[in-house]
Order: sequence, then C-alpha cells, then structure tokens
Amino acid sequence: MKHIISVLVENEAGVLSRVSGLFSARGFNIESLSVAPVGDKQSSRITLVTGGDGPIIEQILKQLNKLIPVIQVVNLSDGPHVGRELMLIKVTTDRGANDKSAREEIMQIVSIFRAQVVDATPTSLIIEVTGDNDKLHACLAMLEPYGIADVVRTGQVALARGNRK
Amino acid sequence: MQLTGAEIVVKCLLEQGVRTVFGYPGGAALYIYDEIHKAGDKLSHILSRHEQGALHAADGYARATGAVGVALVTSGPGATNAVTGLATAYMDSIPLVCISAQVPVPLIGNDAFQEVDTVGITRSCTKHNYLVRDVRDLARVLREAFYIAKSGRPGPVLVDIPKDVSNTKTEYTPANGEVNIRSYRPTMKGHPRQVRRAVEMLQAAQRPLLYTGGGVILANAWEELRWLTLALDLPITHTLMGLGAFPANDRHFLGMLGMHGTYEANLAVSNCDLLVAVGARFDDRVTGKISAFAPHAKIIHIDVDPTSISKNVRVDLPIVGDVRLVLEQINAVIREEQTEQKQIDRQAWWQMIEEWRKKECLRYNQGPEIIESQYVIESLCSLTDGQAIIATDVGQHQMWAAQFYGFQQARNWLTSGGLGTMGYGLPAAMGAQVAFPERQVVVITGDGSIQMNIQELGTCLQYQLPVKIIILNNGFLGMVRQWQELFYERRYAQTDIAVAPDFVKLAEAYGALGLKCNRPEDVLPTLRQGLAHPGTVLMDFQVQRESNVYPMVPAGGALQDMILGELL
Ligand SMILES: Cc1cc2nc3c(=O)[nH]c(=O)nc-3n(C[C@H](O)[C@H](O)[C@H](O)COP(=O)(O)OP(=O)(O)OC[C@H]3O[C@@H](n4cnc5c(N)ncnc54)[C@H](O)[C@@H]3O)c2cc1C
Ligand SMILES: Cc1ncc(C[n+]2csc(CCOP(=O)(O)OP(=O)(O)O)c2C)c(N)n1
Repeated sequence: MKHIISVLVENEAGVLSRVSGLFSARGFNIESLSVAPVGDKQSSRITLVTGGDGPIIEQILKQLNKLIPVIQVVNLSDGPHVGRELMLIKVTTDRGANDKSAREEIMQIVSIFRAQVVDATPTSLIIEVTGDNDKLHACLAMLEPYGIADVVRTGQVALARGNRK
Repeated sequence: MQLTGAEIVVKCLLEQGVRTVFGYPGGAALYIYDEIHKAGDKLSHILSRHEQGALHAADGYARATGAVGVALVTSGPGATNAVTGLATAYMDSIPLVCISAQVPVPLIGNDAFQEVDTVGITRSCTKHNYLVRDVRDLARVLREAFYIAKSGRPGPVLVDIPKDVSNTKTEYTPANGEVNIRSYRPTMKGHPRQVRRAVEMLQAAQRPLLYTGGGVILANAWEELRWLTLALDLPITHTLMGLGAFPANDRHFLGMLGMHGTYEANLAVSNCDLLVAVGARFDDRVTGKISAFAPHAKIIHIDVDPTSISKNVRVDLPIVGDVRLVLEQINAVIREEQTEQKQIDRQAWWQMIEEWRKKECLRYNQGPEIIESQYVIESLCSLTDGQAIIATDVGQHQMWAAQFYGFQQARNWLTSGGLGTMGYGLPAAMGAQVAFPERQVVVITGDGSIQMNIQELGTCLQYQLPVKIIILNNGFLGMVRQWQELFYERRYAQTDIAVAPDFVKLAEAYGALGLKCNRPEDVLPTLRQGLAHPGTVLMDFQVQRESNVYPMVPAGGALQDMILGELL
C-alpha cells in the first residue's frame, strides 16, 4: 500500500540528503518526494510517497523521526487527507490538415479535467493539470493519441482533512 | 570576548570537561593544533600513529569511562582514515565527538588539495554531523555535538571545521544552560502504565528471562539491573555488548546468548515464557532464525531508541525510555507492591536451567603439549580476579574472551560487536589506559587482528601506556578458517597467515617487552611476568592452530540447534 508521509524538517543544508540517504541506505523506496520551505522559512516540508507493509512503514516513520533535524513526521495515509500533484504536458499539434480539429478536441479534454493551457505555439500546447494520481493518469491517457512531446510531474503534496494534524 | 574558531574549539572542549583528545595533525588542522599546544596541561593530546587508532582510542576511553571520547583529524585522508572508527562507534552506540578539519570554505567543492566531502561520507556512520561554514555557529554546534553524542541512544557526532573558520574571529559567549534542539528530544522516562504492565507480566511469568545488552552499560544501569535480578530471582543472559553488567560468577547469570552463546542461555531463550529485553537490539547474531526465536515467550522491550523496538522481532510490551530510569520505575513498583512475596514458584524453571548448565558446554581439554586459547584466557581471568579492563580484536579470541573472562564489573569490556572491526583492540586499550593509568588493561588479540593496527605500539611507548597485549597466535585468520572448516569443506582460502613477523622482536623494536610462550606449563608464568612488568608488554602465545569456538549456532539457524564441541 502507498503511504503519504509528511516530514517537517529544519530548513538547513543537507537535510534532504539525510532523508533520501536514509531511504537508500535502508532499502526503503521513495516513489515521489517534494520539498519546499514553509512559513517562516525556518523549516521545510517534505512530502514523500512510499510503499511497504505495516512493519516497514513503522520503521520508516521511526527512522525519519530519529534524524536530528526532523521536527515532526506524520503518516497522512492514516486518516482522511487531500493529496494533489501537478503535471505539465506538452502536446504536439503539428498534424497539418487535422491540426485544427485536434486542437479543439484537446481543448475539450482540458476542460473536462479542469486543466489549463499555459502555453501555446503553432505546433504545441502546454497543459497544466492538478489533481490526485488517478486524475492525472486519466488525463494523460486521453491526451496520448495527440502526441505527447514531454511530461513533468511534481511529487504529491498532501494535507490531512479537518483539524487533524 | 573575540576569539578565533580554533580558540573556540579549545574553549568548548574544556567547557565540556574534556581533558584528553586523541588525534593526528595535518595542514587544515594547524590552527586548532596550535591552540591545543598553547592550552598546555589543561588539554592533553595523544598522538596516535594512524587516525583509525585515534578514533578507537577515543572510543575505548568512552567505553571505559562513560564520558564522551574526543578525536581530532585533518581533512581528506585524515577524515577517511577516521571512518572505520566512526562506524565502529556508531554500530555500538558509543558517544564520540570527532572534529575533522576541512579545506577553507571558498575551496569547498573545488576538488581542493586534501578535500573530501567528509560530511557526505560520514553521514551514515554518525549519529549526526555538521559542516561549520560560519564561525558564529561554531560554539553552538560543538555544544550540540556533545549533547547529541551522549544523550538518548549515544553515538558518534562529527564536526567538520574548514581551515579559514578556525582562523576567523567572532564573539564568544560561554555556555549558559542546557542545549536545546527543538527537533531532538529523546524520551527518557517509561510510560507509567507500561511499567505497571511490565511488573504484572514479570509476576505472572512461570519462566521469565532477562536478556540484557549494551544499553544497560551505556545507561550506567547495572545497579538497578542487579537489584531487579536478585529481587525477583530471575535468570539473566547478556549479549556480547552487555557483558559485565551482572557478575559472571553469580548463579543467576547464564552466560552470553546468541551465535556463540552458552547452551543454558540459548535454551533458556528457546523455552522461556517471558523475555525481557533491556537495552538490547535483537541483533541477528543473537536471534538466529527469527521465527524460532523465543517462540513461547511474550516479549517486553525496554529501549531508548524507538527504531530498535519491533525492528527484527515483534514485541508485546514496548517501553521507550532510558534503561536506568525505566528500571528504577519498575523496581519502585515492585518495592511498593512487595512483589518479592507475591512471587510465583519458579523452582521448576530453575531446575530446567540447572540441567542445561550441567552440560558444561564450554568444556575444553588442555593437553600437555599445545596451548589452548581458552586456557590462556581462563588463566588471565584468575590472575586478574576478573577485574582487568579487557579490549579485544575480532575473531575466535574475541569469542573466547567473552566466554572465558568472567567479568565482575561493567565498563571493563571493550570490543567491537556491531561492526566487528579487526584492529580495534590495541588502540581501544590505549584509550582506557589513558583514562585509568593505574589499572590493568589487557588486549586479547589474534595474530591477524594485531597486525591491523600494530603501529599503535609506537603510541603506547611515547605515552608510556603499560598496556598488556596477549596474542593468541594460531597462524590463521581463525574465525574465518572455522567457517571454512565447518561450511566450506575445509577449503582454507586465504586464511593461512603463518608467515608472520617475530612478534617478540617487533615489540622489542618499539621498545616494549616481548615474551613468547609455547607450552601449557609456561602460560601462567608468562602471564605473571607480563602482567607484573611496569611497561608495555606483548605476549605471543603459540596456540592450537585449528580449534573452534563452540557452541555455535550456524548463521540463520535456530538457537536450540547449536553445534556443540567435539567433547560434548
Ligand atoms: C565475531 C562476532 C561474533 C558475535 N557473536 C555474538 C554472539 O554470539 N552473541 C551476541 O550477543 N553478540 C554477538 N556478536 C555481537 C553482535 O554482532 C552485536 O553487536 C550484539 O549482539 C549487539 O548487542 P546489543 O543487542 O546489546 O546491542 P548494542 O549494540 O549494545 O545496542 C544497545 C541497545 O541499547 C539501546 N540503548 C542505548 N542506550 C540506552 C539507554 N540509555 N537506555 C535504553 N536503551 C539504550 C540502543 O538503542 C540499542 O538498541 C558478535 C560479534 C562478532 C564480531
Ligand atoms: C577489518 C576486518 N576485516 C575482515 C574481517 C573479517 N574477519 C572476521 S574474524 C577474522 C579473522 C581474525 O583473525 P585473528 O585476528 O587472527 O583472530 P582469530 O580468529 O584467529 O582468533 C576476519 C578476517 C573483520 N572482522 N574486520
């Protein structure tokens, strides 16, 4: 099962390598990882997605907690949470006569997925889509036939719902 | 007060109560060395002959005293030579602070002369490490380093100091108050409800067993442990790291458990109905096959490090906390309830144990011609009343020392358990001898291991450290040979090291006393002579070449399936 783990760390040099080093040294896998400073810039939030059975996740949480600059570790998958990921998709629209209708179809897909076109050239579009994993997969699958030049995704970020910490 | 980084280093060391630093100088460390020189008698420095030696010496000092050991090395090769010492301390949770010099800040990342990414290299073999880029952080970092090294689950901390930082001035304020790191707050006291549960389980158990480890030593908790053991009349076994916590000659003590543990200890584990793990981490050398480990037992685990709990073996009652405080809590509940009287009858359990004991699994036969290693160690134990500080290297001699030196006290046993570092013994003994100049400090080593850090004889002589070295010379990398004999059909691939220096002459070349012993009847006289000599002594005992350590649980086997020796 996948787990989304939120790790609050001191915003200091080398923290990220401590966290990623822990995963590689102990043979835990990281599916995705995203990191950015929060609030006062004194701390950073790392959100990582990992897999493993109960005892492994328990070790991961404990080992993360053991790192000196780690302030707090929360397994968001323990309760209701909202997870989001952002994807940028570059679609080629360089298809001669069909080009125009292709563009229209793409625009429809964009609106179904509540995505946005953030860049356009005569031969390409960049589409930005946010959502959970499933939604991004679905959107990508729909755009595939039009020719995808490039895709980038952030890792997941997530927050617990309601007042849960 | 405006001070340079190097001056701050010395100030902070003194502030932490450090009186001895073990190290080796080099270019990037020059400012720090200069200040150490100026500090004169206030701060002594022991110059090892290799940085690995300096680290192990600081480690031996820490194990023998309980204080934080301090090492100082230069950048690049100085730091890489320190890595084995750091990893050794890390695996055994030994509190060290290692200061490494680094190239000047503007050169970092430039492949500068003698630059390595020390913090990167040592990240996974230190409890924590720091690169100090700004002299204004230096005092705080050093104070944190000591605090982290000794608190919670202890461990080595490295502080990397660029040369220019050690030569830059800043305002220095003396330490005021405790170190406070918001992201680091080890749990010290046990949860009261868990503590009560533990006492109930101890009361209810028919066949309880204490399995205690290095954590008892690290927490200085042997008094509390003894009280509990005796109050509830519990059988007790130690890991390799736990030896000395309970006196070996007391009938409650079953000896060491695990791969080379005693028959009675391992069978007690296999048959107990309550296993109380105290500051021990269920290492694979202890558990053997996990699914067959303590199969009938409920398990209580007391450990300050939550990651140790339920890592290898699921436990029924975890208690996170410092061993000493938790044992105090447990003992208080027992006193309050006078559990001693409520005690259920454990006659049957003790009878089983006594039966296993009758096997005398450590029996060996000292014939008239060839010296047996076990005999040398037993003789040493009786000549020193089990009171000497014993440092070992790694191999058969180490296991025999664990089995045959009956430790009477904690902090007398310096051995690399987790990493199993050959070359640890001699420098570790130096560290202990520096701490306790008047005490008998003995290295039990093999002809293989001693050659890994033999250069430290030079250090012993320079500082007149009267360390006694006992080489159990079998002409083999004995422990590896044993595995080859038992599991690789006696194909002795690269384990014959009979081509060796004349150790007596080697000792003499350094200016130490060298003694050689070939015959069983000379063992006691040689030991007496060596131990009585006021200076450094190397005793070369020519022992049985192909002898094995028993009992032995084959790797991955169940504890009760141990192989017993030829005599049994
Ligand atoms: C050749 C060889 C053979 C070996 N054979 C054996 C063998 O037969 N039997 C054996 O036992 N070992 C053997 N070992 C050693 C083995 O590899 C391990 O090092 C050892 O078993 C670990 O001991 P430990 O469980 O006491 O843990 P340690 O490594 O001593 O760890 C201490 C534990 O206590 C905890 N702790 C630390 N401080 C505190 C505190 N203040 N409060 C609470 N908890 C604390 C730590 O978190 C940790 O979990 C062998 C080693 C070698 C090299
Ligand atoms: C640095 C290092 N290299 C290799 C090993 C693997 N090893 C474990 S025991 C051993 C043999 C030790 O031989 P010796 O010191 O002569 O002791 P003996 O077993 O003969 O008593 C070896 C090579 C080790 N533990 N440490």
